[in-house]
Amino acid sequence: MSDETTATDRANEEAGTSTDAVVLTGAEIVCECLLREGVDIVFGYPGGAILPTYDALTKYPQLHHVLTRHEQGASHMADGYARATGKVGVAMATSGPGATNLVTGIATAMMDSSPIVCVTGQVPTGAIGSDAFQETDVTGITLPITKHNYLVTSIEELPEVMREAFHIARTGRPGPVLVDIPKDVQIQEAEFVYPTEPIELPGYSPPRAARARQVDAALELIRKSKRPIILAGHGISMAGANRELAQLAEKAQIPIALTLLGKGAISEHHPLCLGMMGMHGGAEVNHAIQQADLLIALGMRFDDRVTGNLATYARDSRKIHVDIDPSEINKNVTVDVGIVGDLGEVLSQLLDRVERRPNEAWFDRIAEWRADSELREIVRPADAPQHPAVPEGKLLGAQVIRDLFEFTDGGAITVTDVGQHQMWEAQYYHHERPHSLITSGGLGTMGFGLPAAIGAKMSRPDQEVWAIVGDGGFQMTMMELATAVQEEVNVHIAIINNGFLGMVRQWQEFFYEERYNQTPMVNPDFCKLAEAYGIPTVRVTERGQIEEAVKASRSQTAGPTLIDFVVEKEEIVFPMVPAGADLDDMIRRPTPEEFEQQCRERAAAKAPEPETAESEEPAAAAALGSRFGV
Amino acid sequence: MAKHILAALVENRPGVLARVANLFRRRSFNIDSLSVGRTQRDEMSRMTIVMESDSAEADRLVKNLYKLVDVVHVDHLHSQPSVVREMALVKVKASSENRREVIQLCDIFRARIIDVSAESLVVEITGEEEKLENFTELVRPFGIVEMVRTGMIALGRGGHTLKDEGFKPNRSRAAARRNVL
Ligand SMILES: Cc1ncc(C[n+]2csc(CCOP(=O)(O)OP(=O)(O)O)c2C)c(N)n1
Ligand SMILES: [Mg+2]
Repeated sequence: MSDETTATDRANEEAGTSTDAVVLTGAEIVCECLLREGVDIVFGYPGGAILPTYDALTKYPQLHHVLTRHEQGASHMADGYARATGKVGVAMATSGPGATNLVTGIATAMMDSSPIVCVTGQVPTGAIGSDAFQETDVTGITLPITKHNYLVTSIEELPEVMREAFHIARTGRPGPVLVDIPKDVQIQEAEFVYPTEPIELPGYSPPRAARARQVDAALELIRKSKRPIILAGHGISMAGANRELAQLAEKAQIPIALTLLGKGAISEHHPLCLGMMGMHGGAEVNHAIQQADLLIALGMRFDDRVTGNLATYARDSRKIHVDIDPSEINKNVTVDVGIVGDLGEVLSQLLDRVERRPNEAWFDRIAEWRADSELREIVRPADAPQHPAVPEGKLLGAQVIRDLFEFTDGGAITVTDVGQHQMWEAQYYHHERPHSLITSGGLGTMGFGLPAAIGAKMSRPDQEVWAIVGDGGFQMTMMELATAVQEEVNVHIAIINNGFLGMVRQWQEFFYEERYNQTPMVNPDFCKLAEAYGIPTVRVTERGQIEEAVKASRSQTAGPTLIDFVVEKEEIVFPMVPAGADLDDMIRRPTPEEFEQQCRERAAAKAPEPETAESEEPAAAAALGSRFGV
Repeated sequence: MAKHILAALVENRPGVLARVANLFRRRSFNIDSLSVGRTQRDEMSRMTIVMESDSAEADRLVKNLYKLVDVVHVDHLHSQPSVVREMALVKVKASSENRREVIQLCDIFRARIIDVSAESLVVEITGEEEKLENFTELVRPFGIVEMVRTGMIALGRGGHTLKDEGFKPNRSRAAARRNVL
């Protein structure tokens, strides 16, 4: 609370604004409030109902407005901006179609608890409800996908509403807040008094520390466990509890599994970090969860993509769940100890009293599972013996990510779209720092990658930012290339171009008897397309070209760059837990021996005469290898 | 499965009812009845929500209600002594031959007759749910032309009071404060 007041004061000083009352228009009040909340960038798109505010923006050069090419881009950019720093991102749009275009971005932010504030214009107060031109009930539409929203009905309440909107967006479990402002309210004038007293909302008080009794119960379960595992989610980095997490794991010798959004909660090079769990998580991680006798879930929400079949999920384990949102406790998984609180505080409470435990036998078991996974690995150093399933001379999406990881020194902020490339990034790009992977986990929004990367780069200009996108999702928001060019945003775009809606194709291969309906795509020449925007490009078709291309991209330090990685069309993300299956019931990539055995069987099935079987083998292997094995 | 009665104090702002109603739909809560009305304080309304469910489900609803910024306080009245009332208006078919019988029934239930016409009576009856059910069952043979029920309202007995002392109305918001409906 006191932090916030000082932040406000600092913003006041920086903005050169006085706290003396002055008469301002509603539009100017909006700008004043944005400044006082520490906003420096607004992503948006103008139109009739928000024009007064756009006009007022001309008087506030400290507020840099980024003109997107679609309002969806604005909400994703605000989201990317927020996720890269934890600061609130701001999107602005006009009424009606402008506001509805924001919706996908708002829902994306809601699912991943990302703090954004959306300011929309609305038709004048008197016209509301009359189906006026470009009127839409945006507070109604966004009711289920915002943490809270406001329709401002008088200029007097505007400063208070703006302040509350930012407060609600960034505190507790963060989330999107929308403020809908009728045009007449933007035009009216009123004395502007920015409230300085701390915000008190009677129905809103985010919890902080845990109850002592709960902490005792958790410690008791930890003390009694033999096969404990920590499940670390997005909440760790959002609470800034990364150090506490590492300390807790080290002190008690407990391995850590990460959710997709939990990547970055702890360095993936840390010996206690197992990697990602869930549908495309490591097999050893899922086995460990299923065999554990204690789950310690921290700031994660037992999404169906990480639990698989709930009825068989970690059946033999006791469960501790720590979350700042009480409604997450016992929602999907019934737990033994539910702790509501801020993770930083709760982990400190646990750390003080947790004891070191001998978990060697448990680590040995995990190591066995891991050794089996390594056998099946296809992405290996170029000089190592290759997995026989890797087709000769073809570029794999998984290799691209692995090499990108290597040639960016594992230090970039990566922003992904949704699909196979997203899962490869999660598997092969090992993150060290919090907020260094930005991806749409909860909603799985294709089209998120490019705009969110632009937002992330604008909020962290000091960082190298890569947008890793599929050829499908890229085409959903590729108009934002123009925004990146206009704003000279130095984001590096890597298209993992497989000519398919790859992830859907994979489901069709596994579950719909290879009927690839509506998943192959005829794509434009992405290099030519980007060149039309004046963006430097490279096309990569072989593994050997990756290093050079990445180097060339990184040497460009102004404006966007684009690499078109033309990869194998029918690659598969392994392992895979089919939707609704048990978490340890995974479709695995075969081991080299299994793979060769499968090839022999297929060859034998094709050519029953024993004398030709031998000579047919390589052809059969090729036919099979290009698809299922990879 | 049991009947759960929740009482919620909500800020009297436009849209609150929509938020609560949306919550029921969005998270598939099956609600028996919902009644909303003013309280002793202009800035607050009180909702009484009745649901037939197990207690885990009721607990889930309480937590989700608390997530709404406009919801100030929620109490599970089921778990404490409380008084519960519901009112119904029932229009019963009553000709000159059987009118007396209906009136007698009303007397037994302490129901009031508030309108009389040649073919029917309108009866006002207040009480706990069971009483209302019994009454309607008994008058059903005469013919119920139409009826309406308010849904339950409830208050804790004696010292069991929904906390509102933390609530300070915000002056700049007075303009926006309206009936939640
Ligand atoms: C907006 C939206 N529409 C549809 C989907 C369903 N979907 C999930 S992954 C995917 C395929 C993505 O294809 P692409 O962008 O080429 O990535 P790839 O899987 O090939 O790496 C689709 C269609 C989605 N997640 N989001
Ligand atoms: Mg693709």
